[in-house]
Amino acid sequence: MRKFIIKRILLSIVILFFVAFVIYVLMRSLPASFVESMAMQLSQGAGAKSFDEWMAQLNASYGLDQGIVPGFFTWLGGALQGNFGDSWKYAVPVTQKFQEVIWVSFIMGGIAFILELIIAIPLGVIAATKQYSRTDYVITAGALVGISLPTFFFATLLKLFFSVQLGWFDLAGLVGRDFKNLDAWGQFWDMANHLVLPIVTLVIVSVGSLMRYTRTNMLEVLNSDYIRTARAKGLSERKVIYHHAFRNTLIPLVTIVGGSLPGLFSGALITETLFSIPGIGYVSYEAMRIGDIPFSMFYMTFLAILTLAGNLISDILYAVVDPRVRIA
Amino acid sequence: MREEKNELKNRPSQEENQGKNAVNTSDDAVQENNQFSLNDDRRVKVLSPGTLVVKRFLRNRLAVVGLVMLLCMFVFSFLGGLLSPYGEDEQFYTYTNMEKEYVGVVQNKDFRYVAADGQEFGSVLQAQFLLAVNKQEDSFTYKDVTYDLTKEGEDFYTISTGGVQIGMASKDIVNAPDDGDAVSYDLRVAALKAYTNGETSFTLNGTDYTLDDEGNVMQGDTVMAYISRFVVQSKENGVAITRNFKEELEKALETDDEEFKYTGEDGEEHVYRIEYKADTDSWSVLQETETYVYDSYAEPSSSHWLGLDKNGMDMMTRLMYGGRVSLIIGFIVVFIAAFLGIVFGGISGYFGGWVDNLIMRIVDVFYCIPSMPLIIIIGASMDAMQVDPQIRMLYLMLILGFLSWPSVARLVRGQILSLREQEFMTATEACGIRVSRRIFRHLIPNVIPQLIVTCTMSLGSTILTEATLSFLGLGVKFPFASWGNIINDVNNSFVMTNYWFVWIPAGICLLITVLGFNFVGDGLRDAFDPKMKR
Repeated sequence: MRKFIIKRILLSIVILFFVAFVIYVLMRSLPASFVESMAMQLSQGAGAKSFDEWMAQLNASYGLDQGIVPGFFTWLGGALQGNFGDSWKYAVPVTQKFQEVIWVSFIMGGIAFILELIIAIPLGVIAATKQYSRTDYVITAGALVGISLPTFFFATLLKLFFSVQLGWFDLAGLVGRDFKNLDAWGQFWDMANHLVLPIVTLVIVSVGSLMRYTRTNMLEVLNSDYIRTARAKGLSERKVIYHHAFRNTLIPLVTIVGGSLPGLFSGALITETLFSIPGIGYVSYEAMRIGDIPFSMFYMTFLAILTLAGNLISDILYAVVDPRVRIA
Repeated sequence: MREEKNELKNRPSQEENQGKNAVNTSDDAVQENNQFSLNDDRRVKVLSPGTLVVKRFLRNRLAVVGLVMLLCMFVFSFLGGLLSPYGEDEQFYTYTNMEKEYVGVVQNKDFRYVAADGQEFGSVLQAQFLLAVNKQEDSFTYKDVTYDLTKEGEDFYTISTGGVQIGMASKDIVNAPDDGDAVSYDLRVAALKAYTNGETSFTLNGTDYTLDDEGNVMQGDTVMAYISRFVVQSKENGVAITRNFKEELEKALETDDEEFKYTGEDGEEHVYRIEYKADTDSWSVLQETETYVYDSYAEPSSSHWLGLDKNGMDMMTRLMYGGRVSLIIGFIVVFIAAFLGIVFGGISGYFGGWVDNLIMRIVDVFYCIPSMPLIIIIGASMDAMQVDPQIRMLYLMLILGFLSWPSVARLVRGQILSLREQEFMTATEACGIRVSRRIFRHLIPNVIPQLIVTCTMSLGSTILTEATLSFLGLGVKFPFASWGNIINDVNNSFVMTNYWFVWIPAGICLLITVLGFNFVGDGLRDAFDPKMKR
């Protein structure tokens, strides 16, 4: 087992290296519009140096005068020491900005994820046990509608009904106008209030896939022989489903839930942007739009690490949870 | 519960039995014979696997609903554009009454400077003059030259140096009459002197002038100039403000009227609205004029069923063309992904060994590249380069396709790994069929069912991704329509709250299409599954 884990981790590191390299090459191959526009702006000042001179100076100060491969290794050297450079847009170290905003994303993602679990698993189980019934159709169709809903459209609808027409929530932002004047509880409720719509959006849009996953796996289990045996023994249907079937369904569920835990840190790019929630997704979106290379590099590498970690965790959990799958 | 299940399980077998001679316990000889007859009606009705799939698919209600939804959207998008009487970017105009600023009026509170003929009275001197006035001095020195101020009247000074007058400063303004000549400097000084001191007549160069209450400077009966503190500026090109208009306006301003009527030279009476702007201490006079504009956000009507959008384009037609763009992009992207996925997955699965290892590691790398951020960055840099919208669309398809092939490759490889161990593959090897044929003629067709399911599902998600990008303004760009960039208008919250017809239909189209693909994909997955008992 340990050997397997070590092997997987080493492989992940190699993959990460190449992912970072590919991203770096892509970022560098794009026209450095940020530096260009900055040089353009600086060169237009009174008595300023020419555009080319500014270009050269800025490129040098941002480390863009190196070739792509040496540049990558310089970046990698810094990154390994936890130094991802200064964000161009926010003018602070990337990691500092990251620490400021990651918790909002994590809290938002975490609450949404817990709600998803609470909604998806029971509904998935019910749909599977009543296969082809009306309930099943409604749940399956509902899950598919959730998957098919464009986030931006659904978020806008929510805004229209709950913010504009009912006036329950603010249209955007994490804090209200008089946030500074509130006491600690008031501030907490204010933030909670602002997070309701984004979390509802996240839950509705992503609950469907987990629900379908639960249903499919539950169906698979219900068709297996040991369930038939359990029924043949004359166990009550309740016991068959919740003791024998559901426990076995938990195997794939735990795997996928464990695998998606790192994803809680990745932030919801679209939802955060729509609601102007200053989480990692929104902050990176703003940075990426102006071509902020250090921040984008950091964010994409971070996402790649999360993906790899998710895969690793779900593989390990699979082996841990299910004794039948022990890879030598 | 259990009985229901059994019933379900039994259903297909019953059906199959219907074709066969059902076990008939009758010992009638004729029937006995019939049992062994070879007539068509006695034969076992064999259904091909394809027919079975179709049957199973059609029995799934959701899938059929999805299929209908898709058909509707296809007809809407591809035929709709042909049937619609309007073009994709045809704009509609309308006449609308708009309040346009006709003139702006400022009551002069600053000194206005006029240099005497042939003299210099530049801004430095003007500033020095102001300082001196504020300190209530009667002379100032600049660069060793002393300038003398003479207070000629209320808010009216002349500036001279060494006995020569170089200019004047006053808050009242001397204007030339509409059809008169420019007012000479001397006349200005003389007129202002008289005006500011409350005199009604003055003499200049032997000519007598009179001043009336309205500030007219008259020589005999002809108006040579007029004095006023209001500065009236035309805000429209090519409109000269007549003297008469100014006077009427000033009267209205003095009585604080909100509206004033003026009969122009054409004999028509126009109504103007006067608006006081506190921040600049000025008035603007607004005139209602009929303007020919894009019919932005026109409500739905019989000629435009879903109204018009921001640029005055027919919403319904935009939706049709948008659907075409979204669907075509979806298909091309999925085609690229499927093609690359089949080729690499097929090679990888068939050869195994280091080839497999290499390709799978490439797949791993691609799998880890976060696609959404990457596309956003590329989109933003295409914005910066101002790529042509058509070429941009092409890039978008290539990028999306290139980022989504790894999952197809994994699927194909996984299937092929198990398939290549089966006997029919040994048979192809024994027959000496060449490798490419073995892979693409014998292995890949066996993967097709799963591939179709994946492709159908990913069509839906690709359309969603494209719409999201277009919504963010990084995908399909104007003048091309796409459902995403139609909804883009809601970024303006006024549009969101007031013009539902601009964005709700596009969102519903998007939802229906993606839902259709998902229903059909789901139905196909069930239908292809041989374990399905239904």
